[in-house]
Amino acid sequence: MTLALKRLSRHFPDIAALDDVSLDIAPGEFVALVGPSGSGKTTLLRILAGLDYPDEGSVTQNGQDFLAASARERNVGLVFQHYALFRHLTVRENVAFGLRVRPRRRRPSRDQIRARVDELLKRVQLAELGNRYPSQLSGGQRQRVALARALAVEPDVLLLDEPFGALDAQVRTALRRWLRELHEELELTTVFVTHDQEEALELADRIVVMNKGRIEQVGRPHEVYQDPATPFVCEFIGRTNRIALERRGDTWGAGGWSLPAGAAGGLFRSAVGYVRPEHLSLLVPEGQPAWEAKLRHVYLAGSIAHLDIYVADIDQTLEVDVASEDLARLALTPGVALRVAPTRLVAFPLGDGPAGVPVVGERWIMRRQNTEQS
Amino acid sequence: MTAGRPGRPASVARRLGRASIIVASILFLCLFLVVPLASVFVEAFRQGAHAFVESIDQPEAMAAIRLTLLVAAITVPLNVVFGIAAAWAMTRFQFRGKALLGALIDLPLSVSPVVTGLLYVLMFGAQGWFGPWLAAHGIKIIFAVPGLVLATIFITLPFVARELIPLMQSQGSEEEEVARVLGASGLQTFFRVTLPNIRWALLYGVLLCNARAMGEFGAVSVVSGHIRGLTTTMPLEVEMRYNEYNYVGAFAIASLLALLALLTLAVKSALEWRYQAAENH
Repeated sequence: MTLALKRLSRHFPDIAALDDVSLDIAPGEFVALVGPSGSGKTTLLRILAGLDYPDEGSVTQNGQDFLAASARERNVGLVFQHYALFRHLTVRENVAFGLRVRPRRRRPSRDQIRARVDELLKRVQLAELGNRYPSQLSGGQRQRVALARALAVEPDVLLLDEPFGALDAQVRTALRRWLRELHEELELTTVFVTHDQEEALELADRIVVMNKGRIEQVGRPHEVYQDPATPFVCEFIGRTNRIALERRGDTWGAGGWSLPAGAAGGLFRSAVGYVRPEHLSLLVPEGQPAWEAKLRHVYLAGSIAHLDIYVADIDQTLEVDVASEDLARLALTPGVALRVAPTRLVAFPLGDGPAGVPVVGERWIMRRQNTEQS
Repeated sequence: MTAGRPGRPASVARRLGRASIIVASILFLCLFLVVPLASVFVEAFRQGAHAFVESIDQPEAMAAIRLTLLVAAITVPLNVVFGIAAAWAMTRFQFRGKALLGALIDLPLSVSPVVTGLLYVLMFGAQGWFGPWLAAHGIKIIFAVPGLVLATIFITLPFVARELIPLMQSQGSEEEEVARVLGASGLQTFFRVTLPNIRWALLYGVLLCNARAMGEFGAVSVVSGHIRGLTTTMPLEVEMRYNEYNYVGAFAIASLLALLALLTLAVKSALEWRYQAAENH
């Protein structure tokens, strides 16, 4: 079933939690709503769950008004960050809750409920813990119970609000993979909210980046990561270096580095450029434009290493990522001198106003050899 | 704070300080609580168990006990309904005047009970606002049982609500929201999710409310009119007997009230113990 969200707005006394948001969610899709706190992502999820209502706009499900149905009629599954398990009920009773509260004519028999609960507990790998109470479980186990409880009613849509936010890093990674596999198996339309962009990139079919109640960009993870549509997306998704660019005749540059402008950037005189840490080349041959830089620190993080390099030209410290095995090969030790240039850069021209607001529609992407307009 | 915990050498000074604080608090409790409480029972049995039983086994004493139980039986259920409704409103909804409601719930605790009694006399008494209308319809509130009930309801208003509000605040509404999304109706959500979560606090509030309803003196004294056998509750009966120099009789009833307090305390402790056990499953 396709969910069509059209021009949703929701205003709270002090902020606009949602401001003219439109989005289509395809059947079986795994969508991540990602953004900082206060970006409106949780409000959007609560509206889908029927726990909140928009001031304006509509949500339709296969053309039928979705908002007219109350929370209990919508047939959605909901999982909260802090699990919200019924603390006075056992794991089995928690999972069975949605079936037991059904009106008698739609309620499965006791045996059917028992069978369904068994099946779900097996699926979430908690078959042996059915008689425990929530307080006797670990965080990861609790979240799987919450998931089983949500799945018990065979929902059309699964809504997850920061589902891994309260778990420690290792459990979180394991549960993420598990959830992704579960999704592939069930092909259940899933919308999940997270402030963790890494989680969104790893899990989702499609990412919706939200900021201040608006959608900044919707796209597949690699699109959002490689072709960020706005400066906000550049800064929020992944790590990035922000560099001020200026127009010099027919090139764009900063400090000792420049690129032929071609048609890019038109008549604008200044711009802001974003370079991912993996898009900086460290050993540019003499004769090609580059920044003279000095390696400050090496932070080894397993398979990759994060480097801090200082570029005196532009008085800026840049983050660079290299594969750990390249550290020795490239003789990267603190203090060594480097010649650095971006291999890929996303730039937004700055408007003429005193504040220098980026002009989003005029984005362009520069590569070392050629510059493409977007 | 175990003295022998590793890495925390217990100095003599610290031990001495600890001991003196404990002794001081126990002494204080004995002096101001245990001794007076014990004296109630001593006085009640001064002339033997026979005199004790005799002073209770009298029509007006039994009437006072019955009336006290009646007032509590009406007050406590109303208080439960109001307390849950008020706590629900305070913790689940956003509305104008919420702060005012919160302040109003606490009002009976800050108003002197005598003033409360006078307020009811002012409203429903023969000279009061509604007095003439009530008299014309033959309804008697002041110097009658309805007045006692009204005054007691007012006095005990905060007890259940004040127990529930902080608990429901800390528990949040996510469990109820999940229940709704899972298809539970409002009533199902209340009885299957909300009520089990607040049951211990609710029972605790009921106990406190009950103790106060049975023990209330000030407000009840004003609206009662002290008609023996008709409008005297146990605390009023105690006072009347005391004023009549019937000390054994006064202390006999007082000891029943004290016993009730001790019983409440015992049940409360048991509940707290149970509550904690339930929390730590």
